[in-house]
Amino acid sequence: MTKRVGIEVSLAVAEAARLANVDVVSAYPITPQTHIVERLAEMVANGELDAEFIPVESEHSAMSACLGSAAVGARTFTATAGQGLELMHEVLYIATAMRLPIVMAVANRALSGPLNVWGDHSDVMATRDVGWIQVFAENGQEAFDLTLWAFRVAEDPGVLLPTMVNLDGFTLTHVIEPMMLLDEAEVKRFLPPNHYPLPLNPAKPVTMGAFATPVHYTEAKKAQEMALTQAKTTMLKAWQEFADLFGRHYHPVETYRAEDARVLLLTMGSFGETASVAVDELRARGEKVGLVKLRMWRPFPFEELRHAVQHTDVLAVLDRALSPGGPGGPVCSEVKSALYMQEKKPKVFGFIGGLGGRDMTPEDFEALIMRARDMAHKGMESEFEMIGVRE
Amino acid sequence: MPKLPSWREYEIGCIVTQPGSARAYRTGDWRSQRPIWKNERCIKCGLCYIFCPEGCIRGRKDGYFEADLFYCKGCGICPRECPTGAISMVEETE
Ligand code: SF4
Ligand code: SF4
Repeated sequence: MTKRVGIEVSLAVAEAARLANVDVVSAYPITPQTHIVERLAEMVANGELDAEFIPVESEHSAMSACLGSAAVGARTFTATAGQGLELMHEVLYIATAMRLPIVMAVANRALSGPLNVWGDHSDVMATRDVGWIQVFAENGQEAFDLTLWAFRVAEDPGVLLPTMVNLDGFTLTHVIEPMMLLDEAEVKRFLPPNHYPLPLNPAKPVTMGAFATPVHYTEAKKAQEMALTQAKTTMLKAWQEFADLFGRHYHPVETYRAEDARVLLLTMGSFGETASVAVDELRARGEKVGLVKLRMWRPFPFEELRHAVQHTDVLAVLDRALSPGGPGGPVCSEVKSALYMQEKKPKVFGFIGGLGGRDMTPEDFEALIMRARDMAHKGMESEFEMIGVRE
Repeated sequence: MPKLPSWREYEIGCIVTQPGSARAYRTGDWRSQRPIWKNERCIKCGLCYIFCPEGCIRGRKDGYFEADLFYCKGCGICPRECPTGAISMVEETE
């Protein structure tokens, strides 16, 4: 039976992995880690979860062990954050290329240097192009739900791709929230067993991770690209199934009070919650503003995004990562490219904020939304602005 | 040249389901020089056979050695390891 409990978000993500009855958890249990793998290690040690916990010597090895585990058809989970994700980097591509349905929770954190373990999106933006399915949670409930959903999608015979559930470091991972957890029976109805089609098996030998010469590499990449873009159908279907069973709805792009908005703010991750307070405040003052929240980051939801912003005049995009020397934040530049070919499109203004754990208050969001509106009125042009910087 | 597969025709994750299929891959294509043996200097020690990174040197019935040129990539390790200087590399001309 669904129960409402107060639980730390990291522990809820661990609970989701337990409910999914994972076979293998491989992780490097040291900073920057979260309670996610700490709790899973505890569950395995206490006999609450019948799984193999592989405490490896680095994040690079953590992901490598996940490859082997997923390759034999074991349900595989890991979690990481910040620098840890970077150390995994090269292995992440291999998981995609081998089409291994690994599920990973990423507690999004800033990258050094300067050394800083607080929250932002620098880590995940550096892994944007690894070919994984990537989604963002806005609160603890979503982190829990999306973790379960990630297994359903990753292991689907029509998908078979590693899947990353992003949740903001500290803002989500280290807070206690009231949540509706599910139980084993409910999860069983949603999540079928994992059947990897061509597992490593001595009785039927296969070669995985073989090299591809120039006559094969392009075709391999095309197949990866098609797998990722076509995964969207299953992602939507799985969200629908989840909604039918448990009544919680998820969409690639979600909006808040956006219907008649002249100015929209787009965020990704937990900032959406704070920004919605700012939207309420501005609405109360008669400003026609609204919020767009990007949940699906890879594959990128082009159609849904265009639809969500089609009527607005101004779109402010907040990034929690910088592309140094480039066009600003990665989210904003992708939003701009998604809109470029549209005949009617809003004026887009990029902002970078919330770096390295810098808080953004509802007042900051109000100021940001008004700043975008004023820039549009004055006909100002800018690639992007870093907000809240002391001059 | 055999017809190359469409991107749709690869197994998931480019998994190779045919064991030992690397045998069909002609590493001999990489070669710009080939080893030749002067058997009158050969003491049949087998070091060339052991050191060849392709495993493509085979022992003949008469005890001497030769390279399978389908796989020999022309790395030059066998003449370097041969203690008697029985092997030398010559340019491929074709
Ligand atoms: S040249 Fe290299 S590959 Fe060819 S036979 Fe000698 S050791 Fe083997
Ligand atoms: S290493 Fe030289 S001497 Fe020894 S078997 Fe080969 S060719 Fe003969």
